[in-house]
Amino acid sequence: RTKTQNFCRNEYNLTGLCNRSSCPLANSQYATIREEKGRCYLYMKTIERAAFPRRLWERVLLSKNYEKALEEIDENLIYWPRFIRHKCKQRFTKITQYLIRIRKLTLKRQRKLVPLRRKIERRENRREEKALIAAQLDNAIEKELLERLKQDTYGDIYNFPIHAFDKALQQQDVESESESDAEKEDEEEDVDKREFVEADDSDLSDFEDMDELETSSEEEQEVEKKASHSKSKGKTPLKGPARRKRPYIEIEYEEETEPTSKTKAA
Amino acid sequence: GGSGTVGPAAGDGGPPAPERVLFPPTFSVSEIKNKQRRHFMFLRWKQQQRKEKLAAKKKRRKEREALGDKAPPKAIPKTIENQRVYDETTVDPNDEEVAFDEATDEFAPYFNRQTVPKILITTSDRPRGRTVKFCVQLSTVIPNSHVYYRRGLALKRIIPQCIARDFTDLLVINEDRKIPNGLVLCHLPDGPTAHFRMSSVRLRKEIKRKGKEPTEHIPEVILNNFTTRLGHSVGRMFASLFPHDPQFIGRQVATFHNQRDYIFFRFHRYIFKSEKKVGIQELGPRFTLKLRSLQKGTFDSKFGEYEWIHKRREMDTSRRKFHL
Repeated sequence: RTKTQNFCRNEYNLTGLCNRSSCPLANSQYATIREEKGRCYLYMKTIERAAFPRRLWERVLLSKNYEKALEEIDENLIYWPRFIRHKCKQRFTKITQYLIRIRKLTLKRQRKLVPLRRKIERRENRREEKALIAAQLDNAIEKELLERLKQDTYGDIYNFPIHAFDKALQQQDVESESESDAEKEDEEEDVDKREFVEADDSDLSDFEDMDELETSSEEEQEVEKKASHSKSKGKTPLKGPARRKRPYIEIEYEEETEPTSKTKAA
Repeated sequence: GGSGTVGPAAGDGGPPAPERVLFPPTFSVSEIKNKQRRHFMFLRWKQQQRKEKLAAKKKRRKEREALGDKAPPKAIPKTIENQRVYDETTVDPNDEEVAFDEATDEFAPYFNRQTVPKILITTSDRPRGRTVKFCVQLSTVIPNSHVYYRRGLALKRIIPQCIARDFTDLLVINEDRKIPNGLVLCHLPDGPTAHFRMSSVRLRKEIKRKGKEPTEHIPEVILNNFTTRLGHSVGRMFASLFPHDPQFIGRQVATFHNQRDYIFFRFHRYIFKSEKKVGIQELGPRFTLKLRSLQKGTFDSKFGEYEWIHKRREMDTSRRKFHL
């Protein structure tokens, strides 16, 4: 219902508005266009058939050709009032246009609406939360990463001393065991030094091993710095305790004699 | 006490004098017709059960202490993962048939390093801001991926074009009400198509304590808990998205963790603080997927041959049965 006019609910109405001139009940001579299954028909009502409700509306099939159909409307409504003729043609035009649009749309992809079922949605969400808690993702990822470290998928990038020597102990023979034992002792002292004797780090006996450790990590950093600057910035929030060690390493040992010492360790 | 007249219920004495009444052995609390009395009896029964349980626990604890070292080990608590219905398609690591299948299926060229993955990421029609951002972030996570806008193009038509331009995978993110909610992963030259339901998508800015952007290094891939045959094929699909040789310098890892049929995707940067401790920091988007269907060929909704569809009526009947 618009501000000034009502809509007419009669299906034979020509304009759709409720007026005296466009009411099919109020006028004894009336015509409309209606479409069924994509074909348009012209419906006419005349006063002679007002007594026979069954035969009241006369139906004429219009041709599919637009211009021809307009001519047919004209010849059927030849002596009819101008208003009805004009409105019929307008309605016919509108109907053909929307039929064309329907045909075009059905050729394109249709959006299929699948209804969500609330119970199922809720059930799945709850199960997902529980699965998330059961998964303990952080722990699982950490475990997997440590597994990979143990199985040496990373190769020689990370050179953690105790770990490397554990492996060496298991894999090698007796004679190399003594060698690795000696190195292991040095490594242990070295590790201690790295923890609390940071100010004092020039110890000639462990020079080569310290060198090996720090240059390896240093090489890692250098490579990373070359790779991307943003990466090094991203590293700092993680490497809290390690950060203290870095200035020392950079200041003291700036040469790379890493390959030789690494082969010795293996 | 609300019970009015004492009715001729079987063995039911009124509330004030329960101890002297003996119920016939086939009596159950649910047979009392009167709701109030039934409720009362049920509460009493429950209290009794609880007391018995407590007593049993105390007894067990005393026995355990008394035995000391010789006590039997503690029972393992039952979890859903423990009680999972055994799936006969679970893959045995030594299974030859499975190994042979995997050597000859559609991912073989990838795993034999003959093809380099190249991924096309796109959305459904008219993507909204969130989906677009999510696509862009995904493309930073997956190396060698490109985002293209879909402007009303039919999938069936863009697939031959993709194959012509040498793409190995097609990833379509479906959107509904401004959030991404579905994922179609199509392995291209004639590979399987998997359709997932995507939920709890978090963009990078919504993740707390995240690090900087993911860099261009090729990340490592972790696939957890893909046990059955179906899970194996889905896991290989995911693995084939990433290039084969991860750059360990990058220290990035993409994880697909399967838990009770939900696949959680996370992207982290890790650092080894010592050889027993590793720290991880989450960067990159996160989302969870649930497999809806797996199709043999490329995407084809009408004529495709479905290898697996989730049929709710049949498959969701047991809470302990999972398919991935």
